[in-house]
Amino acid sequence: MARGISTAAAADTSAAAAATPLAQPARPARLRKRLELTLLLGPALILFVGFVLAPIGIAVYYSLYNWSGFGPLTEFTGAHNYSLALSDPVFRSAIEHNGIIAVLSVAIQLPISIGLALLLNRQMRGRSLLRLVVFAPYVLSEATTAVIWLLMLQPGGFVDKALTAIGLGHLVHLWLADLSIVLYTLFVVLTWKYIGFGIILLLAGLQGIPAELREAAAIDGASSWQTTRRIVLPLLAPTIRIWIFLTIIGSLQLFDIVWIMTGGGPANASVTMATYLINRGFQSYEFGYASAIAVILFIICFLFSLLYQRFALRRDTRGALTRAVG
Amino acid sequence: MRSIRNGAVLAVAAATALTLAACGSSSSGGAGSGSASNSGASAVTLTWWNNATADPLKGVWASVAGSYHTAHPKVAFQIDPIQNEQFTTKIPLALQSGSPPDIYQQWGGGQEATQVKSGKVMNITKLVAPWIGQLGSAAEGWQVNGQQYGIPYDLHMVGFWYRKDLFSKAGIASPPATMTELNADVTKLKAAHIVPIAVGSKDRWPDAFWWEYFALRDCSSTVLKASMKAINLSNPCFLKAGEDLQAFMKTKPFQPGFLGTASQQGAGSSAGMVANGKAAMELQGDWDPGVMSALSTDKSLNSKLGWFPFPAVTGGAGAPTTLLGGGDGFSCTTGATAACADFLKYIDSAPVQKKLVGANVGLPANPAAASALTDPTLRQILAYSHASPYIQNYFDIAFPTNVGQAVDNAVADFFAGQGTPQTIITTVNQAASTS
Repeated sequence: MARGISTAAAADTSAAAAATPLAQPARPARLRKRLELTLLLGPALILFVGFVLAPIGIAVYYSLYNWSGFGPLTEFTGAHNYSLALSDPVFRSAIEHNGIIAVLSVAIQLPISIGLALLLNRQMRGRSLLRLVVFAPYVLSEATTAVIWLLMLQPGGFVDKALTAIGLGHLVHLWLADLSIVLYTLFVVLTWKYIGFGIILLLAGLQGIPAELREAAAIDGASSWQTTRRIVLPLLAPTIRIWIFLTIIGSLQLFDIVWIMTGGGPANASVTMATYLINRGFQSYEFGYASAIAVILFIICFLFSLLYQRFALRRDTRGALTRAVG
Repeated sequence: MRSIRNGAVLAVAAATALTLAACGSSSSGGAGSGSASNSGASAVTLTWWNNATADPLKGVWASVAGSYHTAHPKVAFQIDPIQNEQFTTKIPLALQSGSPPDIYQQWGGGQEATQVKSGKVMNITKLVAPWIGQLGSAAEGWQVNGQQYGIPYDLHMVGFWYRKDLFSKAGIASPPATMTELNADVTKLKAAHIVPIAVGSKDRWPDAFWWEYFALRDCSSTVLKASMKAINLSNPCFLKAGEDLQAFMKTKPFQPGFLGTASQQGAGSSAGMVANGKAAMELQGDWDPGVMSALSTDKSLNSKLGWFPFPAVTGGAGAPTTLLGGGDGFSCTTGATAACADFLKYIDSAPVQKKLVGANVGLPANPAAASALTDPTLRQILAYSHASPYIQNYFDIAFPTNVGQAVDNAVADFFAGQGTPQTIITTVNQAASTS
């Protein structure tokens, strides 16, 4: 079984794999293996090429033209769309906003998630109910979440009334209308929405930590904090690294909640790369320019993924992927 | 209806994005096979994309298609009602594809001109020539370079909707006719602790209405027409429009937090505020009472609402009776037969126009149906529009799409305190240079 996986993972280097002394099966078996590979990988490969690689290529092609989306592409402008985008202050602030959301997510959501996950991992009354409550927001769709919060954050709405009722009336702000606050308001909504995801992921990670280790630590006289700090957190690290990866990619591609709650406004104070892309593409019909934005967004995500895989995730995947590939 | 067209219909907007891939609509009606020359000879099915996803308009279109089919048995219809927001994404894709719909929703202006570039929109100038004169100047909004690529089926006018009860509570005897009077009324309403004006800045286009109306008052119709044609706002009157708007905004006439307010969704929207007596007026299209009635439980709301045109601006070169407006219409695509244009003629005929008026979709494109309009306020607006020397299409429709969006974006930024009257003009002219 393990062989099968490693061979599949190394499909593109099958020649190298075949050359190793380990992989020298009889001819019919080899044929069968090839057939299996074709059958198993073929459909996925066709979908991947047709719906992932080809669209990326087409987007790059469109991005080199000044094109309204109608008629043939005639006005070749080279890299003009890219230089236009990178010099546009709105797009720059969009990148900045995505960056702020990503940094805040890791800095604020991660500690909260870890804390709540550790708490919810303990034996206590009503644990299932609490887990359910914490996880509930994640089950809601983004659109629903956005509409609910949009209603609650209206001036004089639920949030304002609740704050006033508990004597914090001075904290009331124009949550979605104040240019300097709106991005952070959105971040609070995002945190509310996605905290459950982090907790569920970390809880799953906690299940994978053998109870024996804690018991051994307890026998050796380790305090609860020491156990958490020295045993639980290090063993939870792979899960945390995956969570960080998913969160940052999600932050870079942030769209739906922002689009519904503010549309990127007011005055682009909450614009993200994705809302800017939709605004310039499907609202302004500047499809060439919007394609350039899409390509830039793709490159940013791709570079981040590569670097993160290389420097952060490699140790987690070592032994699974890395052994066969390199 | 613009009401549906532009409102960022919350959940639906996101759902649109999600379902976009899945809704390659079944526009496989065999209409592409026919050509204009052999129409009438072979049976055709016209695929018809319209934005009537709900009654009463949905029912009206179904019955219109039915009665046309009865009279012309060889022409059948496949009606695809499409949620309004989706048109912006579906039309470009459809016009790039090999099988666009035969008839589709068309708002005219520069947006139509952008679509005509695809070469897939049918030039119906000759086919409609015998009857288009009935519509008067309204049909011009659906022309590109003097050629008719679409026709309107209803018209919309923008003006002030106000609550008579709140006006009298603040001691205002009659609606303002000049900016000076409007400013005085704003002061009176504030003194009575009533939000004077609601605006749905989150959607951006309601902001643009304000700036555009100041432009209509400050620029002569000759300048307006020339600027629309040249896609250029360099005439100093557009700068004055921004300055006038700036001066007006200094009086803080809008509700608190207006930058985050939607225009048409929920009781907290600008329409909802007026509907529920939380604000005294708003600058909106004639569709507004319909939007308001859905956002309020007040059965007698309609009798509390009044309408007045945008006030005269001192020193402005524009006629104080010029109107900002637009309308809904349809275009045929090149794959359709001449039956398509004939069907458009039927839609603009008096009987169908009266049906549309009865369904409360807007003001009739064909003045012959004016008698069917029963609502006194709408009759007032229609009479006003007939007396108006010039009706300017919304800038975001009149200009090519990217320039129109630049207007909306720049004015919205201006409302948020970003930029100056000059920035609006620079931004728009810059967008025009790349279109």
